[in-house]
Amino acid sequence: MKSLAYVRSLAAKFFHRSEVAQDMDEELRSHIQHRADDLQRPGISRAEAERRARIEFGGQERIAEECHEALGGNFIETAIQDVRLSIRVLRKSPGFTAAAVLTLALAIGANAVVFSIMNGFILRPLNVPHAESLYGLWRIQDDMSESYPDYIDLRDHNHSFEALAAYNITQAGLDTGENPISSWIEEASGNYFDALGIEPYLGRFFHASDEHGPDSAPYMVLTYAFWHAHFREDRTVLGRVVEVNKHPFTIIGIAPPEFHGTLLFFHPDFFVPLIDQGQIDGNDLNARGSRWIFMTIGHLKAGVSKAEAIADLNSIGAYLKKTYPKDEAQVTFELARPSLYGDYLGRPVREFLTGLMLLSGLILLAACANLGSLFAARAADRSREVALRLALGSSRKRILRGLFTEALLVSLVGGAVGLWGSVFVLQGMSAWQPFPRWPVHLSVNPDAHVYGMALLLALASGFLFGAVPVRQVLATNPYQVVKVGTPGRMGRRITAREVLLVVQIAICAVLVTSSMVAVRGLARSLHNNFGFDPQNTLLVDTDLRMAGYSGDRVPPMQKRMVDALGTIPGVESVGLSDQIPLGDTAPQTNVFTDNTSDLRPSNAAANPVMFKISPEYFHAARTILLSGRNFTSHDDKNSPRVAVVTPPFAKKIFGSVTNAMGGSYKMPDGTRIQVVGIVEDGKYGSLTEDPQPAMFLPVLQWPSTSTYLVVRSGRDPQQLAAAIRTTLRQLDAGLPVFIQTRSKELEFILFGPRMATLALGVLGGMGAMLAVTGIFGMAAYSVSKRLRELGLRVALGAQRKELLQTALGRAVKLLALGSTAGLLLGILATPVLAFIVNQATPHDPLILVGVVLSMALLGLLAAWIPARRALSVDPMRLLREE
Amino acid sequence: MTDQAQLLPGTLDLLILKAVSLGPLHGYGVLLRIGQISEQALLIEQGALYPALFRLVRQGLLKASWGVSENNRRAKFYELTAAGRKRFREETEGWNRVATAMAAALAAEPEEV
Repeated sequence: MKSLAYVRSLAAKFFHRSEVAQDMDEELRSHIQHRADDLQRPGISRAEAERRARIEFGGQERIAEECHEALGGNFIETAIQDVRLSIRVLRKSPGFTAAAVLTLALAIGANAVVFSIMNGFILRPLNVPHAESLYGLWRIQDDMSESYPDYIDLRDHNHSFEALAAYNITQAGLDTGENPISSWIEEASGNYFDALGIEPYLGRFFHASDEHGPDSAPYMVLTYAFWHAHFREDRTVLGRVVEVNKHPFTIIGIAPPEFHGTLLFFHPDFFVPLIDQGQIDGNDLNARGSRWIFMTIGHLKAGVSKAEAIADLNSIGAYLKKTYPKDEAQVTFELARPSLYGDYLGRPVREFLTGLMLLSGLILLAACANLGSLFAARAADRSREVALRLALGSSRKRILRGLFTEALLVSLVGGAVGLWGSVFVLQGMSAWQPFPRWPVHLSVNPDAHVYGMALLLALASGFLFGAVPVRQVLATNPYQVVKVGTPGRMGRRITAREVLLVVQIAICAVLVTSSMVAVRGLARSLHNNFGFDPQNTLLVDTDLRMAGYSGDRVPPMQKRMVDALGTIPGVESVGLSDQIPLGDTAPQTNVFTDNTSDLRPSNAAANPVMFKISPEYFHAARTILLSGRNFTSHDDKNSPRVAVVTPPFAKKIFGSVTNAMGGSYKMPDGTRIQVVGIVEDGKYGSLTEDPQPAMFLPVLQWPSTSTYLVVRSGRDPQQLAAAIRTTLRQLDAGLPVFIQTRSKELEFILFGPRMATLALGVLGGMGAMLAVTGIFGMAAYSVSKRLRELGLRVALGAQRKELLQTALGRAVKLLALGSTAGLLLGILATPVLAFIVNQATPHDPLILVGVVLSMALLGLLAAWIPARRALSVDPMRLLREE
Repeated sequence: MTDQAQLLPGTLDLLILKAVSLGPLHGYGVLLRIGQISEQALLIEQGALYPALFRLVRQGLLKASWGVSENNRRAKFYELTAAGRKRFREETEGWNRVATAMAAALAAEPEEV
């Protein structure tokens, strides 16, 4: 009954708004008429009586408003009213509005981008059923790789996993009848799809039951994306036989569109059974010591805890170590998330993104501080208006609501603009393939989480900066303001606004410092000695197995390739290596001192990186031979095994470089190798690594189908690449090759630091912008507050310098304080940076000077206009106006 | 005018309900009736009356309809609804209880304690 009446009154009010208002007006008028009837008597005219009645009644407007409120349903209506009013007010000062919206758009946009990346990389689970219980096996001493026999033992003897699946990533030549292409594939164990619980989009998957020993299951499952791109979604491909590395495989199924394996960035083209990998990679399925399987994953059984599973795995590890001492060192396990290759990528990515999120949060906070002081300044400028409204009977609540509506309006519009911008950035990032050679995608498209987060941030920041002027409004005394005008000076005490500004400048200085440190670090690491010269070099990358070469056919073909490329005009030298330093993998192997007879892993003297090269490699790569000799074409299968090593290798195995020359050491299979030369040290795995032992072996003694040709030439890379392609096609048209410059190849390794530097730079730029607007707001406000005082001083003969000091002294002091604090904080934060960006050090005069200079410049930029205004004060005009 | 009692918070609604319970009234009439029944001891500010009336209508305790007043002017008349009558009874009882209790408490003498 009651609620019905309420709804009715609400509905009446909503749908017949003017009627309700008319009704109310009429009622109040009727009241006054009745009262006037009573007041009217001889001596008091009707007009006078009505006047008195009206005075007695009080402010009709206010009462009407209160009645309106009493009718309920006002929230929406007043909100609409407030919004209308706010829009009108904001449109009156477009400069202020634009600045506020832009500030927030940038801050919220930055947060949305960072959060979206975090969401895509870390928060969003893998797109497989029950991703929360999916773990990868991580050998604490090493990484996530396993050998096939170890995988079988782990799979069959554990009691903790539903099923353990394994996969390996590799490149293979795919021949579908046209030109053979080089493609990225996942070799997956038979139980892979079943263990993950994935259903095929078309056709069928391969299963454990398809495996009957090596090379027994020539089946292939395409990813949806590859099917779409390469086969144009042709359904008749099912059952077709294609060639992988010249071996026939039958396409049996298509994976669902959302499934691209369990690595987050990596999108393979198709899946083949792991059991067939002899045909593809030529790895030995029975070699226990050869850990070529990329990752082993599985769902924990329900009710099995992580610790229990680890204990279970460790007991298998202990068994393996006891049973196969020659192949196994200490085997203890950890469970890791498979999507970012466990902690290897996961930890730095997580740490960096958390840091970035923190920084962008700080940016948003700074933006709020900024807007808070802008709004406070505005509220102060409008104190006369506020006072008038209060005097005319408006409630403080209503005025505050108006202010908050303005703040929220600005924050929501800013948030929307920021989100809009960030969606563009994110879509760009998602479509972007940073490495042409790798099927790497960054799937960071925004989802509902991101939108929700942005909305939340916008609302929160609106309330945050909207709350700054509240006290000011509450303390407004209408009579005081109307009588005396706005108070000239608020006294010398430190206001919250100033603290905010200092904090903000400090944040900005931190960002500027860290981005400079990062940029300098990056620049310096690019001028490092890599141990080779990346300039004027093209890399030709292929694997002879893709064209069906194996065994004795490999070395002559490699020699033909090197010789053929050497005849191309403009080519200075051509070298060959099975892998390259700072490439995608730096293969390592255990080595032993010459007098070790028990060659078990725990007795290894070192675990150097190993490259198998042709005699011309050092010359082509410009790796400097320090002493001894280079390889020759006579260092082949029939001559004693020799090696060229680096100084760190020599020191590790032989104690010193001089001892190493002519000395011998052993490989895990017992082969003795004699050191015949020493080359300069270089970087092999990453730019940040400590000096690592490395050895170079003649490819003629250690054949490999994996082939990198290092082509040194001053010619234009594109023309040269075309020439190389033609030349190689004449040798074998079925061999897919990938050609790019050495510098381009290096980008893979520089990607992380580059992105970090870019992100810091962008955030630093935004921080700087915020500091400028913050200082500008503060300085402009203080000048406008003290115009009268400044005018008086000019009239009394003050000099320009004194004027500036009065007007801007405080802003400059705050700037200095904030910058110093920020610089110190930035320097303290450098160790965190050094983790990502190589050679990030703040002990660099250039950085100190740079930060101080840029902060001073920012201050100058921000204070320029207010200073001009202060200097152009015309005392006569000011005094006249007051 | 000076010896008028301050209205206790919450009592305005009860007074209005009382006034209207004696017969349908327009706004100004409510004012007069309250003055009359309280022997001019309780005077209500004219401005405060209407928000209260509107609130009571919204709560479904009063209903309003336009009519013609004794002065032959158009006026909006208020009367109790069923819910209004019920609420009026409850509030009256509640008030009486409080008033009695207050009176007893204030009348207490030292020897009674």
